[in-house]
Amino acid sequence: MKPYLAILGARFRTLLQYRAAAAAGIGTRIFWGLIRVMIFEAFYRSSPEAQPMTLPQTVTYVWLGQAMLASILWGIDRDVSQMVRTGTVAYELLRPVDLYGLWFSRALAARVAPTVAQAGPVLLFAAVFFHFGPPPSPAAALAWLGATALGFLLSAALSTLVTVSLLWTVSGEGIARLMPALVYTLSGMIVPLPLLPPAMRGVIAALPFAGLIDVPFRIYLGHIGPAEALGPMAGQAAWVLALALWGRWLLGRGLGRLAVQGG
Amino acid sequence: MHDTLTLYFRLIGASVRGQMEYRASFWMMTVGHFLTTVIEFLGVWALFARFRSLQGWSLPEVALFYGTVHAAFALAEGIGRGFDVFGNLVKSGDFDRYLLRPHGTAFQVAAQELQLMRVGRLAQALIVLFWAAGALHVAWTLPKALLLLATVLGGACLFYGLFVLQATMAFWTVESLEIMNALTYGGTETGQFPLTIYRGWFRTVFIILVPLAFVGHFPLHAILDRPDPLGSTPLVQWLAPLVGPVFLLLSFQVWRLGERRYRSTGS
Repeated sequence: MKPYLAILGARFRTLLQYRAAAAAGIGTRIFWGLIRVMIFEAFYRSSPEAQPMTLPQTVTYVWLGQAMLASILWGIDRDVSQMVRTGTVAYELLRPVDLYGLWFSRALAARVAPTVAQAGPVLLFAAVFFHFGPPPSPAAALAWLGATALGFLLSAALSTLVTVSLLWTVSGEGIARLMPALVYTLSGMIVPLPLLPPAMRGVIAALPFAGLIDVPFRIYLGHIGPAEALGPMAGQAAWVLALALWGRWLLGRGLGRLAVQGG
Repeated sequence: MHDTLTLYFRLIGASVRGQMEYRASFWMMTVGHFLTTVIEFLGVWALFARFRSLQGWSLPEVALFYGTVHAAFALAEGIGRGFDVFGNLVKSGDFDRYLLRPHGTAFQVAAQELQLMRVGRLAQALIVLFWAAGALHVAWTLPKALLLLATVLGGACLFYGLFVLQATMAFWTVESLEIMNALTYGGTETGQFPLTIYRGWFRTVFIILVPLAFVGHFPLHAILDRPDPLGSTPLVQWLAPLVGPVFLLLSFQVWRLGERRYRSTGS
């Protein structure tokens, strides 16, 4: 466990070195949240029909989304991508830790550290200006914390899988381009999942992305009650397990056929 | 002037040929850009599927806003790539070399790269634009078509200007900060819809500080023959796209100011 914790710590310290960049990130999140909230306000004003989520719920969902954006903001792991291209990935095999565990915890650290740094200020802004409040009950808060932790694990498992796929594609640029838009849309970052048309919801139910932010956010809102939360949370956990096993298997195969050019 | 243009096209030609050496990679990136923006537009479509209309605006009308702003942004992003990644030149100290060459620095940065794969985004924006133009009940005339073209080009100038300003900031901060993304990417996000849906103070930002309204909201009201609740007259609406090139020229003036402040990082 110790080397993995060290990775997390190192990531935090790196982040603190770039305070101006972190502050700029927070400013961007807040600005973006403002735009999205105003767009939803305008749409809700346009339709008298009852929607699957009320406007205040949607506003809270949007602000949670901006607060947690860094948790799903993943391109490819630049370090690994470079290691694969230069062949130094061979050194990774010499380290006295499990390679999948190493890459997984690096991905996890890269998600958790910036999110923790940004979430506070963004939510404080939302609380002051947009009536952003706490979850409806302590039970909901507890379930939300659990679902958020599972969301982080899911995000790390997914991005580690993409990292492992670099062993085949080398540059991985195509995947890196496509992944963010796909993840944003299918996770609920652009439009909260309950507001999507039923046909799209059906597709999304069969995919792992709803577990990233939609499940924890709806638990926070009380849109999923604490008693009903166990089902979706079990779904999150099952996806984490499945994706981690898949990633580990794929890594084993990738290393089996790994050819390092000398030099 | 003639020599400068020739040189510009030679440098850009070299950049394009370089990218086409990696043909498979180019196509993958282009298709990636195309699909990314298609997915983004799905978000807009999904909102209309649920709420039917946006304060009296239909999906084809909003699609006209969407296509215009995204086409403009894709053009600026592709041509202005050099300014987008300029922060790295300052950080590495490589900008020193630019100062030694017998051409303006802004010219050299501009001629550095033309990112071809942005045609993926441009193609998607144009498809949305043409679909909207057909689905709308607008009597298309030559002046209206030209106004639409001028709006897209004016918008490209505006976004290019924002990239120049973002690069200029690096003279002071060394690192190019993410905060300018709020205005570039945030601008495209905002410009997808008529400005009237936003709150008053926010509208002011995109009318005065970043004059996005002049390369979207105002001229598009002339094309759609709609009265503008913000009170712009037809004269303003038809001349509005000119604000784009003016903004770009001002941005280059700010660049000159910033350049004088440049201190090498020495690395």
